[in-house]
Amino acid sequence: MRENVVIRTVSRLAVPFIQVFALYVIVHGASGAGGGFQGGVVFASSFILMMVAFGLVEVRRRIDNRGIMIFSVMGIAIYAGIGFLCLLLAGNFLEYGVIEAAVGIPHLHGYLLDAVEAGIGITVMAVMTSIIYDISDNRGEAP
Amino acid sequence: MTVINHLPVLLIAIPILASLLIFAAGWYDRRFAYPITLITVLFQFTASVILLLQVMQEGTIRYHLGGWAPPLGIELVIDSFNGFILAAIMLLAAATVVYARRSVEKEIEQEKIVSFYVLFQLLVTGLVGMTITGDIFNLYVFLEISSIAAYTLISASRKPHSYVASFNYLVLGSISAGFILLGIGNLYVATGTLNMAELAAILPASYGLATVHSAFLFLMIGFSIKIAFFPLHLWLPDAYTESPSAVTILISTVMAKVSVYALFRILFSVFTTAYIIDSFPVTGFILLMATVAIVAGAVLAIAQDDLKRMLAYSSISQIGYIMFALGVANQIALEGGLLHILGHAVMKGCLFMVAGMIIYRMGTSKLSELKGVAKTMPISCAAFALAGASMIGIPPTIGFMSKYYLVLGAFEAGLWPYAVVLLIGSLLAAVYIWKFIEIAYFGDHHDNHHTSVREGPLSMLAPMVCLAVLCLIFGVFVEVLMEAVGPAVILLLGGV
Repeated sequence: MRENVVIRTVSRLAVPFIQVFALYVIVHGASGAGGGFQGGVVFASSFILMMVAFGLVEVRRRIDNRGIMIFSVMGIAIYAGIGFLCLLLAGNFLEYGVIEAAVGIPHLHGYLLDAVEAGIGITVMAVMTSIIYDISDNRGEAP
Repeated sequence: MTVINHLPVLLIAIPILASLLIFAAGWYDRRFAYPITLITVLFQFTASVILLLQVMQEGTIRYHLGGWAPPLGIELVIDSFNGFILAAIMLLAAATVVYARRSVEKEIEQEKIVSFYVLFQLLVTGLVGMTITGDIFNLYVFLEISSIAAYTLISASRKPHSYVASFNYLVLGSISAGFILLGIGNLYVATGTLNMAELAAILPASYGLATVHSAFLFLMIGFSIKIAFFPLHLWLPDAYTESPSAVTILISTVMAKVSVYALFRILFSVFTTAYIIDSFPVTGFILLMATVAIVAGAVLAIAQDDLKRMLAYSSISQIGYIMFALGVANQIALEGGLLHILGHAVMKGCLFMVAGMIIYRMGTSKLSELKGVAKTMPISCAAFALAGASMIGIPPTIGFMSKYYLVLGAFEAGLWPYAVVLLIGSLLAAVYIWKFIEIAYFGDHHDNHHTSVREGPLSMLAPMVCLAVLCLIFGVFVEVLMEAVGPAVILLLGGV
């Protein structure tokens, strides 16, 4: 691939901001527009930018198929774990109020909501990244 | 609060978790993928039977996700109608999973088996979600989950034709999903709610609105594509023929029936009989198209020279019977229609299992190459004959009972010319079923170079024989089924 200093430098600067914005969207989901799905997609888009600037191989070194597998399972495990915890504490699925009542920390349901959103975000990020890998994979040949 | 109270959500949450567990466990060892799928589907089957029994004794179960009451939150509803459908589809899904192991080993590449079961599990979960949700948008979400899983599964056999079939289905399925989404959007504009029970309560006030009429048409057309109602069936033959055997069984029984369920649910529980008969008289047209579907599907089936494709066209014909019940829309016909949903799922599942078995052993489903197959695979062909008898409607099978109710319903509504079409459909079914029977039993054995083939493995034979016997048992003990079907029909027609 031809070296392009401008693209690489701008990407290097932009990626952290995109990722922080993604986290903001995820956390904002509890109280307004946003949420795990949108945040996860924004996060995955930072990987697309990295792929454009540094190539597929470079990005795959940072998050490989194994990482994707771990992240996608971890995200859904957080989501379902909190859901099942509510069931154990005699509430309905994802009824955060019962956990708040059991633990006794005020406003805990808000944090739990954030945790669930984060779980969704992680899974969406991982799955989006794997889709990008699949459609941009050129069977191991150099780009 | 016991586990039983939370079964509705566990029915969806555990399988979604399981599908990722299959993914993770399959990463370590491919052999883990199948047992997890099997256990999960068996759990779903058990849970669905428990729920059906509970609904029949205690009435409708409502589950509020996150503790939010319906207008705000999403609810899962299990009443006598979808409880019956749920138990029926999970029975078929369980049989398919048992059947799938050997068939998948043979037809799918080794490294794709784990992802195959992940998608398989997601497909089943999406369909269960569609069945038990009480929220119309939630229905759409689950519809998309199951459809996307199905598109991928159809192309899993990695033949050039299966890619084309999958792509055709993808295009038509997306159009149908688009129609359904537009319909849901219009309903939301007209009422401001997405909950089915609320919609049914609010909608009558705006039955005259063009928005509601267009919503109805969008939903009707969208689901008609999904169930492959006659002129909109073009994706079905290729999709059924080219996909791996296990997938064909699952989409021809479980998926087709859930789509029919969704259409019934929209027509009767969101809109009501008052709407589809008085405000927007559509039943006459459905009846007409259903009779065309019955005859055209059967005639096309007779013309095929491939076993799987023949059965696929037969599905189009049988969908016509179910839609016929919708067109007549009286109590007896609807009872017949619901019986036929179960009956057709059982017999078509069995027939496709036989087709899959023949492909498993002989590598082909071309009718011309199957001469004398009954001599080498007697059990499979006997199962085919039994399920085929049910397809034709020979007493005392379930196929006879459902068609009997349909004919009675048509007579009660004074539609005797249509009842004649039902009988013509049965005669045509006899022709295409006989076509295989003749080749299998009376075809010249010596033309055939597959003389050394044997019956398939037990794990494929057992579910096939079970389904074939069920065709008979359900037909003989139809009163037991009617205890579940009767209340479901009363519910559809606006009773308790």
